[in-house]
Amino acid sequence: MLQTIRRYGLMLIVRPIARLLFGLDAIGAEKLPRDGPAIIAANHNSHVDTIVLLCLFPSKLLPKLRPVAAADHFDKGGFGSWFSRNIIGIIPIKRGGASRNEDVLLAAKQALARGEILVVFPEGSRGEPEEMTRFKTGVARLVEAHPEATVTPVYLQGAGRSLPKDAKLLVPFNTTAVIGDPLTWNGSHHGFVDELRERIEALKAQAPPLKWS
Amino acid sequence: MSGLSITGDNFAINIAEPLVFGFLGVLALLLVGTIAALALPRMQPGKWSDLGPRMRSWWVMALLLIAALIAGWQATAIVFALISFLALKEFLTLAPTRKEDRLIVLLAYLSVFVNYGLIFAESLFVDSYEIYLVFLPVYGFLISAAVMAWIGRTEGYLPTVGIIHWGMVVCVYNIGYIAFLMRVPDAEAPAGGAGLVFFLLFITQLNDVAQYCWGKALGRTKITPNVSPNKTWEGAIGGWLTTALVFFWLAPYFTPLSPLHAAIMGVIVPMSGFFGDITMSAIKRDLGVKDTSRLIPGHGGVLDRLDSLTFAAPVYFHLLAFFAIERF
Repeated sequence: MLQTIRRYGLMLIVRPIARLLFGLDAIGAEKLPRDGPAIIAANHNSHVDTIVLLCLFPSKLLPKLRPVAAADHFDKGGFGSWFSRNIIGIIPIKRGGASRNEDVLLAAKQALARGEILVVFPEGSRGEPEEMTRFKTGVARLVEAHPEATVTPVYLQGAGRSLPKDAKLLVPFNTTAVIGDPLTWNGSHHGFVDELRERIEALKAQAPPLKWS
Repeated sequence: MSGLSITGDNFAINIAEPLVFGFLGVLALLLVGTIAALALPRMQPGKWSDLGPRMRSWWVMALLLIAALIAGWQATAIVFALISFLALKEFLTLAPTRKEDRLIVLLAYLSVFVNYGLIFAESLFVDSYEIYLVFLPVYGFLISAAVMAWIGRTEGYLPTVGIIHWGMVVCVYNIGYIAFLMRVPDAEAPAGGAGLVFFLLFITQLNDVAQYCWGKALGRTKITPNVSPNKTWEGAIGGWLTTALVFFWLAPYFTPLSPLHAAIMGVIVPMSGFFGDITMSAIKRDLGVKDTSRLIPGHGGVLDRLDSLTFAAPVYFHLLAFFAIERF
């Protein structure tokens, strides 16, 4: 029941509004995985990024799409937590403060084992608008645990202008998502995230030039 | 006025006779195009791959506009307000702006509401056209310049204030003229305001297609090698003459113009469309893009499709007002 509501909500409400406000141009959409287990890794500048990525997929895949999101931001309890977990479908993850023998990635690994598609932002934070920071290695550890999952790099542009971190005002601008060829586990945590980062940087060339200073 | 009338319990739809023929003509052209889109890829595989999506998009655009014109001036104004918003968003996404300009970009979007609101606000003013005429060119100019000065980042002020005003005038004010034409009283034109709008859209799109066909058939000499390398003198002049003749031939059915005035407009309107086209090409070259977005499959963005109209619409409106139309 809830899944049906989510699916039609995405199709009839969220996607049309997102298309109106953010354009949602996609380059290379045919490279997106058609089924899980898989990981989508993108650069991160705005809450709008998650909406853009969810709208890229056909709505029948929505029950399988799981954005991995910071527990300290999206899982603070109450209605917000319920909404993030059940409507957006997030997997909350602890950023710092976890004890040594606790596997913060456990829930994400279980999702991959169930054949779901994780949406991750390896930068770990939105940062400055339209600038990419260094990548954390969590995504490499996920794909190490589940080498059957591919990691599809996606470069996102524009959402950091529409709704940058700490902004109160949403301003419509067109966004572009450039989708690259999927990567598989290569045996090294830092080697993997470095390659992922390079691939995402390289995808930027296909997006329209961003003139924003 | 003869034509097609559909009357129900709570509604009455009247479509003037020239418009019935116009709509049927457009549907016939779409059918021919669709047959070509189905047949050509089979005859020459690989060469016509984007014709299919292009034709599908033509169907959507044509049916949407025909529906709006039949539904009346309110629906047409809402459709064009939406088109203006999408065009302005494409423009402001690609044009250089600064981090401090987010508020001013939002104000530019608000100008869509005011600009099209003036079309609805006829009961508020004695002559809302006079206010429409000055609102964006004068007050849009003053307000955007003042707000940006107040926000206070001086570095890059002048280029940015120019970009914002340019975007508002081209995407909102100029396109808004199309919706304003719908307000022309039925008695002023043989097929009413809807006929005037239909004729403008038909003529500018015909000009694009005719230029393309003449260029393909005879094109040799480049007309603007730096801006639009595919355009040729042969294509531009062939398209221009074709459109001018069609304008002169069809003007009596859609406009109240005398033969002399129809000839003058037949010459000027396609020419302004051509300049709108190359102006948008120059801007796209400057910004380093081929298309303004990917919204319309096979065509590119809204601005790619509107380019000739952004210049042709105000010129068409003003010349009609100057030569023939008393009230709008």
